[in-house]
Amino acid sequence: MNKIAINGFLALLFCFAVAGASAAHAQSEQGALSPTQAWIEGIEDPSLGYRSWIHGIVPAKPAEEAPTGIDATINAITAPVASFIGQVVFFRVEVFGAGLPLVVLWLVIGAVFFTAYMGFINLRGFKHAIQLVRGDYADPNSQGEVSHFQALATAVSGTVGIGNIGGVAVAVTVGGAGATFWLIVAGFLGMSTKFVECTLGVKYRQEFEDGHVSGGPMYYLRKGFSDRGMEGFGKFMGAFYAIGIFIGALGIGNMFQSNQAYVQLNNVAGGALDGLGWLIGLIMAAVVFMVIIGGIKSIARVTEKIVPFMALFYCLFAVIVILMNITVLPQAVANIFAGAFTGEGVAGGALGALIIGFQRAVFSNEAGIGSASIAHSAVKTDEPVTEGIVSLLEPFIDTIVICTITALVIGTAQVADPNFAGEAQGVAMTSAAFAREFSWFPVPLAFAAVLFAFSTMISWSYYGLKGWSYLFGESSASQINYKVIFCVFVALGCVVQLGPILDISDALVFLICVPNILGLYFLAPIVKKEMNSYFARIDSGEIKKFK
Amino acid sequence: MTKTMLVGIDGSAPGTRAAEFAASIAGAQKANLLVVYVIPWSPFTFNTPEENESRHRRREEEIELARSKMLAPLLDSLAGAGCKVEGLVRHGRPAEIINYVAGEKGAVQIFIGRTGDSGLKDLLFGSVAGNLVQTASVPVTIIP
Repeated sequence: MNKIAINGFLALLFCFAVAGASAAHAQSEQGALSPTQAWIEGIEDPSLGYRSWIHGIVPAKPAEEAPTGIDATINAITAPVASFIGQVVFFRVEVFGAGLPLVVLWLVIGAVFFTAYMGFINLRGFKHAIQLVRGDYADPNSQGEVSHFQALATAVSGTVGIGNIGGVAVAVTVGGAGATFWLIVAGFLGMSTKFVECTLGVKYRQEFEDGHVSGGPMYYLRKGFSDRGMEGFGKFMGAFYAIGIFIGALGIGNMFQSNQAYVQLNNVAGGALDGLGWLIGLIMAAVVFMVIIGGIKSIARVTEKIVPFMALFYCLFAVIVILMNITVLPQAVANIFAGAFTGEGVAGGALGALIIGFQRAVFSNEAGIGSASIAHSAVKTDEPVTEGIVSLLEPFIDTIVICTITALVIGTAQVADPNFAGEAQGVAMTSAAFAREFSWFPVPLAFAAVLFAFSTMISWSYYGLKGWSYLFGESSASQINYKVIFCVFVALGCVVQLGPILDISDALVFLICVPNILGLYFLAPIVKKEMNSYFARIDSGEIKKFK
Repeated sequence: MTKTMLVGIDGSAPGTRAAEFAASIAGAQKANLLVVYVIPWSPFTFNTPEENESRHRRREEEIELARSKMLAPLLDSLAGAGCKVEGLVRHGRPAEIINYVAGEKGAVQIFIGRTGDSGLKDLLFGSVAGNLVQTASVPVTIIP
C-alpha cells in the first residue's frame, strides 16, 4: 500500500511538472500559427489548426497572460517534435487540388482490402451481428459473463463523441453535401476493418492468473508476428503501439475531451465560465478520479446509461428536425448524390468530397486504429469471431447512422436557408441547424456533448491504461501511477491550450494505425480461417441457437 | 428412472418454505430435488471497460458466494427430507432461467415461493412466480 502511495505521489509530482511546463507553453502559443500548422492545414480554415480538421471543433481560448521564461524553452523542445510528427503522419498528397493525407489513404485501402478478402463480411455478418447482440446465441448456462451487447455498448461509447456532432458539420462545410455519400461508403468499408481487428484482439489477448484479461493490438502484433518467427519485430510493433495509444489517450481521449466539454458548457452559459476553466477542469478531474481510481462505479454506470439515451435522444430529434423539413429533404438528398460525383464548389471536385468524407468517417469510427479491439478483448468468449462480428455494428452506428443523420439535419437546413448558421462552425453549426426548429435545443445538445466527452474519457482511460500496463506491468502500483497522470491531464485540458502536446497525441493516434493495419494484413488469413470455420459450424447447427 | 423436481429459491423466507415443501413432496415421491438459485443479471446493461475486464472473475465470486451463503445451509437443512438434493447457481432473469433449467434437466414440476411484493414493483416488473405460471412448460406449484 505504501508503495502505491509513493508511486501515486511521484506520478502527481510528474504531472504538476508537466502542467506547469504546459501552462507556460500555452501562454506563449497564442498568436501566429507555426509554419507546419499552416502547411498541414491545407484546405481548411487556417485559424483553427489541423485539430479542427480532425475533430471538427473550435478550440477554447488560451490563457491571456504574457509568456514567461520557461515556456520559450518548452516551446523550443516540444513544438519541433510536434511539427515533425504532424508533418510525417498527416502528410498530404495533392490530388487534383485536394490534399489527401496518406494516413487516410492507408486506412481506406486497408478497409477495401478487408471487405474484399473477408467476402463482404460487413454485409454477410450484419444480420448475425444483430442476432448475437440480441442474445439469440447466448447459452443460458453461461450467463453472467459480459454479453455481446455490453461489449458493443462499451466500445460505442468510446467512439461516439463530439466528432459526430461537430466533425460532420466541418466535413459538410469543406467537402460539400457530397462528402456525406463518401462518409457512408467509408463507414461501410470500415466495418470490415473493425471485424478483423476485434477478432484478433480477442484471439490473442493475454489472460492473467487472477482471471483478468488484457488484449488489443499490442498483444496481437507481438504474438502474431512472433508466431511467424519475427519475434523482435513483433515486440517492437507491440511496444510502439502501446506508446502511441498511451499518449493518444492523454490527448485525443482526455485533454481534448475535457477541453471541449468546457467549451460547450461555457457556450451554453453565454461565456459566464470564462476564466473558470480551472474550476470545471478540477471538477471533471475529480469525477474521473472517483470513477477510475475510487472505483465509484455508480458514476460510470450513470454516464454509461445516459450516453446511449443521449445518443437516442439526439437521433430522435434529428429525425424530427429532418421530418419537419421534409419538403426540402429530396433536394438535400439529391445534393448529396450530385455532390458525391460532381463535387460542385468543392476544392478538388468529386475527389475532394470523397477525401473529406473518407477522412471524417475514419476519424469518427476509429476503424483501423485498434482502440475498439482493446475494449472487446475484455470479453470472455470461446469464439473470437463473435466479437468481431458484433463490432461490425460500431462503424454502422457511429458513422452510417449518427453521422449521416447529422449531415441530413445540416443538409436540409442548408437547402431551406443557405445562411442558417451565419459564421458558426463545427458543433455551433449543428446546433444552429437544430435551433431553427427547436430554439431550446442547444442546451441539451451541449449537455449531450459534455456527456459524450466524459464517456469517451472513461473509455480512453482504459485504452491508455492497457498501453501503459503493457509497457510497465500490470501491478496495481503501476496502474495507479497511470490513473493519477490521466486525472491531472483531465484538469489540464480545460485550463491550457496544450497545442504541441495535443498535436503529438493526434498524430500518434493515427501513426499507430500503420503497425496496426500492417499486422491486420499479416494476420488476416488466420481471421479468415476462423471466420469460415465459425460460419460452417453455424450452418451445420454445431453452434446452437438458444432463442 | 427417478423423477426430478425443481425449486427456485431467492434467499427469502417464502423461498426457503418452498424448498422445504418441495423436499417433502420429492421425498414422498422418491424424486430428486434440484434447488436453483438465480442471481439476477441482465445482458443489456452498460458497463465500463474495467468492469467488463473483471466480469469473469466477479461472476465466479458471485457464484461462490451464493453457494456458500445461500445454497449450502439450505441443502444441509434439507438433508433429512429423504430425497437426493442438488444445488445449482445460475445468472440471468430468474423465471427464464428456472424454466430453461427445468427443461434441460427434465424436471416434472417446479416449486416457487411467492414473495408477495405487491403493488407498483410487481406491476412494473412482474413477479418470478407470476412469470413462471405464464411461461413454464411443466406444472408450477406456488408456495405463499
